Amino acid sequence: MSTLIIAIMVPFIAAAMIPFLYKKIVKLHIGWFAMLVSTILFIYLARFIPSIARGETFAHTINWMPSYGINFAAYLDGLSLILALLITGVGSLVILYSIFYLSSKESLGHFYTYLMLFMGAMLGVVMSDNMMVMYVFWELTSISSFLLIAFWYQRKRSREGAKKSLLITVSGGIAMLVGFIMIYVMTGTWSIREVIAGAGGFASHHLFIPAMLLLLLGAFTKSAQFPFHIWLPDAMEAPTPVSAYLHSATMVKAGIYLVARFTPVFGGEAIWFWLVTGVGLVTLFWGSFHAVRQKDLKALLAYSTVSQLGMIMSMFGMGSAALYFGYSTESVVYTQATFAALFHLVNHSTFKGALFMVIGIVDHEVGTRDIRRLGGLATLMPFTFTIAMIGSFSMAGLPPFNGFLSKEMFFTAALTIHEAGIFSLDAWGTLIPIIAWVASIFTFVYSMIIVFKTFLGPYQEEKLEHPAKEPPVGMLIAPGILALAVVGIFFFPNLLGDYLLTPAMAGIFPSFATEGLGVSIYAWHGFNREIWMTIGVVVAGILLYRFRTYWMGIYKIFDDKWSFNSLYSYVISFMEESSTTFTNSYMTGYLRDYMVYIYLFFIVAIGGTIIYTGTYAFDISGNAPITEFEWILTFVMMIAGISILFAKSRLTAILLNSILGYGVAAFFVLFRAPDLALTQTVVETVTTVLFLVAYYFLPEWQKEDVPRKSRNVNLIISVSVGVIFTVIALAVQNGKLFESISSYFEDSYKLAGGNNIVNSILGDFRALDTMLEVVVLLIAGIGVYTFIRLKAKKEDEHIENQ
Amino acid sequence: MKINNVILRTVSKVVVFIILTLAIYLFLSGHHSPGGGFIGGLVMASALVLLFIVYDIETVQKAIPVDFKKIAAFGALLAVGTAFGSIFFDVPFLTQSFAYFDLPFFGKTELTTVTIFEAGVALVVVGVVVTIILSISEDV
Repeated sequence: MSTLIIAIMVPFIAAAMIPFLYKKIVKLHIGWFAMLVSTILFIYLARFIPSIARGETFAHTINWMPSYGINFAAYLDGLSLILALLITGVGSLVILYSIFYLSSKESLGHFYTYLMLFMGAMLGVVMSDNMMVMYVFWELTSISSFLLIAFWYQRKRSREGAKKSLLITVSGGIAMLVGFIMIYVMTGTWSIREVIAGAGGFASHHLFIPAMLLLLLGAFTKSAQFPFHIWLPDAMEAPTPVSAYLHSATMVKAGIYLVARFTPVFGGEAIWFWLVTGVGLVTLFWGSFHAVRQKDLKALLAYSTVSQLGMIMSMFGMGSAALYFGYSTESVVYTQATFAALFHLVNHSTFKGALFMVIGIVDHEVGTRDIRRLGGLATLMPFTFTIAMIGSFSMAGLPPFNGFLSKEMFFTAALTIHEAGIFSLDAWGTLIPIIAWVASIFTFVYSMIIVFKTFLGPYQEEKLEHPAKEPPVGMLIAPGILALAVVGIFFFPNLLGDYLLTPAMAGIFPSFATEGLGVSIYAWHGFNREIWMTIGVVVAGILLYRFRTYWMGIYKIFDDKWSFNSLYSYVISFMEESSTTFTNSYMTGYLRDYMVYIYLFFIVAIGGTIIYTGTYAFDISGNAPITEFEWILTFVMMIAGISILFAKSRLTAILLNSILGYGVAAFFVLFRAPDLALTQTVVETVTTVLFLVAYYFLPEWQKEDVPRKSRNVNLIISVSVGVIFTVIALAVQNGKLFESISSYFEDSYKLAGGNNIVNSILGDFRALDTMLEVVVLLIAGIGVYTFIRLKAKKEDEHIENQ
Repeated sequence: MKINNVILRTVSKVVVFIILTLAIYLFLSGHHSPGGGFIGGLVMASALVLLFIVYDIETVQKAIPVDFKKIAAFGALLAVGTAFGSIFFDVPFLTQSFAYFDLPFFGKTELTTVTIFEAGVALVVVGVVVTIILSISEDV
């Protein structure tokens, strides 16, 4: 066991322990335990920085299903390390913050269990080398995010937001799975490293483009790219620490990670370039444009996150162009965009995390996030104000904050790429810097709204639920650390660049020499085009902010009726309604109808196959002779079967039915199959008891007055089912279509140490089936129990839909 | 409804122990002869069901104060746990192993991890069957 794999498992183990610890330790906030776990993980991962910076990578594999190539392979390189450090680092800070944010009346056990589950899943995503394993972790992040968004499940909006995010991200995940399978078909390996090593060898395969598109669908849904961004604003119903952690710093970065990880495979293709860059730019613009109109600070931050994610995505798209040229001194210039993307990825996590926490503080202290009710908090909450200002100005791209550096690099990338002269950039390339610039203006405007509308202007205490005051110190520590990082990265950007970003570049451009990939970050480049663009952004932004009452009217064009949200709700309600209609059309509530469906299907499918393939001929001359015992048994069973038809009460019918079952068991004894006989006897006993128990609830048995027509139909169906069964039983000996595999299992004593072949198959050769069956059985049992015992009582109903 | 079932009660007091012994025998013998976790569990469950029929549910629950849902859950944990356990020995998931030991009294005995796995199966079967029958019959 390598420590890397243990590191992925630790959060899961912690998640399993938290419910027990929560019950045992009453005095201490359970969050401290979660924070300890994630801090230890952060320190553990940080110890890899020096060796990763030297260009080493770490890998360890545990064989899972080696025969299918699906193995638990952990892999840590520069790219994974950045994400892993963000997950554990921001995770620790968010947990620290949440300890003060959530009151101890909340079900904290659940909260931290979900959070640990998420942390483990996320570490799994960024550190998996095997695509199948990565997919499992990927969906696990969606599920844990669902649970966290619906943490306040009493609220209708929480549940709807959770459902929306789950539906969108999971369907994207399934698309990604199909893409992975296509990649496997093309390359014959599940290992991402091996796929990257063989990149270029399968670009002409006819599945190459579909695989790319499906993969991107997964990435775009997860990273809330246009038009799938609609789930992110609704996900803001989650508690603020969750929003800060999942929906700004980590989970939404998973899609970006996926794009970065697969850039060496698909990068250099025109479709990849235009999709990633184009969707990223549209998202960047759309998000920032709509952030400005928001009245709820958290919704504003949600749209701003959408926009920033689009910006990072587009930079990865621009950087992928370098792979088109192959490695040369000229092409290295395009990799700068990817470097900037990684840089902004880190920067965004710092300033957005801080901003979310600040908004949470405001909400926590004054009881509202509505900018129409807020104002003038600067003097009452000076520390909060300072952190908010650092975060916002960094987001707006102003010095001396890290956002300035990455924004400048973004402009550089946009200007470089539009002169590249490939992928018909001559025609459309000019749009890239223009969209980048316009979107940055809106970014500037909404950043100003956060600072000025919340903290400056008139203080309206009558509109607030509580008078404003500074929060407890503990709540300020986490955003404070992030704000320090925002400033710190501005002054020492190359520390981050050399130790984390350059090694990550080596993972994205494995065919390039490492020396050329590093970029030195400078705050000042002289009066070049980038600085003029920034000055333009500030000037235009201030003007737009000043006169926003005059132009806010354009948002009226975007009627809610025509938004993607209403499309989503239309699709959902359409699907629900049509499936209800369809289901109601055949679920009549009559047992007879269901039997008719089942048997009709059986007649058509099996009977049809027998007639179609002509396998109904049989020859009984080779069969063993029938003994008297068997005649008697058959006779008894026949009598029992026929008498069920004339039974007067249910009890008689049940007992007669069980005679059939025991008769079959007796046949097993006669044919020397003791295993089957034992099982059949015991199963028959238990089912009879179950029947009798259920029988208590059934109404009096009355002879139904069946119309003659359906009686005839019944007769035809039952006769044909009987005939088909008999024919199958007789004809099954006819032909051997396949070579028997049973000879393998005859060695069971040597292979599994057991003489009982059946049990060796169940417990050893095919133990996976048995294991999952056991789990299914447990789920079924819990299902029956909850359905019957935990019915909602009348007075419980009002808890829902608060 | 009060039925005079003295004979049934007296007989089942003895019979239950025979059934339970049979269940354990079937469970253990499953490696080499007919039996195994599933049947063992099912037989054990039917012994318990017999008790529930002959006596009433409250009496039996007082005598055997266990939560069968927890037993089922523990069984699943055991089955899945042995599957994961193999990972700690650097062999693929779900690898089972066996070896022969010289034990006092038993002589040369084969011990295998399949038994733990099968114990999980048996516990799930007992737990689930009893849970289902109890929850349906108690829902009056």
